[in-house]
Amino acid sequence: MNAFSLALRNLLRNRRRSLTTLLAMIIGASAILLFGGYSRNIDLGLETGFVRGSGHLQLQHRDYFLYGTGNPAAYGIAGYSRIVTELQRDPVLAPMLNVVTPSLSIGGIAGNFNAGVSRTVFGSGVDVAGQNTLYQWNDYGFPGVGKTSPLTGSSADAAVIGTGVARVLQLCAPLQVKNCPAAQTSTQDAAQGTAAPDDIAALSAQEAGQGEPQSATRIELLAANAHGAPNVAGLNVIKAEAMGVKEYDDMAVLLHLEKAQQLIYGKEDPKVTAIVLQLKHTSQMPAARARLAELLTGPLQGFDLEVHDFATLNPQYGQITGMFAAILGFIAILIGGIVLFTVSNTMSMAVVERTVEIGTLRAMGLRRVGIRRLFVCEGLLLGALGAVLGALVALALAWLINHAGLTWLPPGNVEPVPLTVRVWGEPAMIIKTALGLMLVATLSAWWPARRAARLDIVDALRHV
Amino acid sequence: MSSVTLKKVSKHYRLGSVDVPALSGIDLDIRPQRFTVLSGPSGSGKTTLLNLIGCIDRPDSGELLVAGENVLALGDNALSDFRARHIGFIFQNFNLIPVLNAFENIEYPLRLTGVAPAERKRRVDELLAAVGLADRARNLPGQLSGGQRQRVAIARALATNPALVMADEPTANLDSHTGAAILELMRNLQRERRMSFVFSSHDPNVLAMADDAVFIRDGHITGIEQRTPELAA
Ligand SMILES: Nc1ncnc2c1ncn2[C@@H]1O[C@H](COP(=O)(O)OP(=O)(O)OP(=O)(O)O)[C@@H](O)[C@H]1O
Ligand SMILES: [Mg+2]
Repeated sequence: MNAFSLALRNLLRNRRRSLTTLLAMIIGASAILLFGGYSRNIDLGLETGFVRGSGHLQLQHRDYFLYGTGNPAAYGIAGYSRIVTELQRDPVLAPMLNVVTPSLSIGGIAGNFNAGVSRTVFGSGVDVAGQNTLYQWNDYGFPGVGKTSPLTGSSADAAVIGTGVARVLQLCAPLQVKNCPAAQTSTQDAAQGTAAPDDIAALSAQEAGQGEPQSATRIELLAANAHGAPNVAGLNVIKAEAMGVKEYDDMAVLLHLEKAQQLIYGKEDPKVTAIVLQLKHTSQMPAARARLAELLTGPLQGFDLEVHDFATLNPQYGQITGMFAAILGFIAILIGGIVLFTVSNTMSMAVVERTVEIGTLRAMGLRRVGIRRLFVCEGLLLGALGAVLGALVALALAWLINHAGLTWLPPGNVEPVPLTVRVWGEPAMIIKTALGLMLVATLSAWWPARRAARLDIVDALRHV
Repeated sequence: MSSVTLKKVSKHYRLGSVDVPALSGIDLDIRPQRFTVLSGPSGSGKTTLLNLIGCIDRPDSGELLVAGENVLALGDNALSDFRARHIGFIFQNFNLIPVLNAFENIEYPLRLTGVAPAERKRRVDELLAAVGLADRARNLPGQLSGGQRQRVAIARALATNPALVMADEPTANLDSHTGAAILELMRNLQRERRMSFVFSSHDPNVLAMADDAVFIRDGHITGIEQRTPELAA
């Protein structure tokens, strides 16, 4: 009969009240855990998306991240293949690496001169094999792996554009883009500009080789080359793909790295704007960064590079995870407050009911601290029971939700994904919630317990 | 040597702005190993005096020695420990701990004083037999009659072999037949175990059994009868 078995017996003495209190705690704990599991899933989903898209870390030319988009050509990394080889061979880095792949970003203007329309675009020249390896990353077991780059197996001049680009360039019909209304205002200017201006057409023809038939999905990508002179690449759009975020969807052009390099660097030494590193696990990022820092001041010193992680490259990652963390914190505080009042109310009632018992125990020689321990133990036990049952309920509800076939559209996604809450497999979250609940329950028992311990013995014994 | 010595002990209660004198200038020696009864009309101060002697209340002035100890000098923890070791309580309403069975209720004071489990079991079994409840050890208080509960309470008060057992009208909540049996039991246990019992009671039957009788009225001692001779030292 230790303090806890005594506390348990006292809790069982007023079952209905204890159950009501427990129920409040179970609802509170499972609400925190379910929302925590939901937001955890979002965090990991975003992370997976960004790590698949842009790797964990990128090596870029110094200042490219801040100023480079205005003039990508000026911030190219020359001799990048040596760097890639160096990274892949590095004894510290290599075991952590999933893939190292270069990419070249271009700002330019894409035109469909058949329709007389053009717009500014953001082009990415990528290595298809590397890109496909990036896509396979799935450290958190999300469904729907095995997506490959739409450029896979395509010809050297193939390109993939965002649906927004397709819409503006009036390529929806040939590319079979759904939900792509044609412009209402008939464009007179477009009617006039039936063909590309002579100079651009000439450039393009020179580039593509003479006499090729103009396909319905052909566009010209106009960009400034490394010397600031305009250059044009003729691209064959093989697919329009929704890119999730509208701003990006309206600007994205994906093309083969070699094609992009030809456009910017011509016959000169090709460069890239980023070397993308994807690690096996996100937890390896600090170690990988540390090693990269060593390499950048050592063997790779002359390249004038800097390292960015996916959170810096994609600020919305921090914004969205921060928002969910704030909401979760708010919910936790709210529920903590409710639990605090519920438990302290229960314990206060118990103290009043057991006043004579308190007087008796004190008369028999139990010290004040013993009385306090009695009630604090009850609070702690209530908290522990609430936490364990709450976690079990949360796990059961999470299982139900995960198997109910619900879907939702996360921010930045194009297609609905299964609604998943991650409770199972998040022991840290469960333990933190459980400890928090027990702490709150114990704290709320503290004041009634203190009052009980300070009761005057004679008054307590006289209590009716 | 006295079991309890009071010198010029006074106690008053405050009711709002009014002072209610409960005890004034009490001088009293309670002889050891005796059955002492405090007798007096309702409101005369019996309970107040018993609480002071039992060290659960403090006087406003005066001196109080219990088992040779100047208990007024003790802090709350020391006084709690002192009560656990030296004083047993029997209450009018039995005051058993409802979630503990008979055995555990009697065992409780032994846990407080740190008695080893085997010794605890030996003593509780012996006490259960002494109060005639050996077959009720596992019963909760709610499963016992009033008389049985008071027997458990008596056993509990005696568990630590205290120097002093306090009882405030222990038979007031029992029918006269059961009350008489309980009195008989207490009187026998007191003799056997040579403890000092201090009672308060209106009951003439209780008074008749006393070694010593202390008469109180309006917070003053009006008479002391010592009916048995001093024990040889
Ligand atoms: N907590 C208290 N507050 C105020 N006055 C009190 C308090 N306790 C006792 N008194 C007063 O002190 C006096 C003595 O009370 P006490 O309870 O000691 O009498 P008693 O002899 O035990 O009476 P009874 O035989 O009815 O139990 C009474 O006048 C009573 O009203
Ligand atoms: Mg009284």
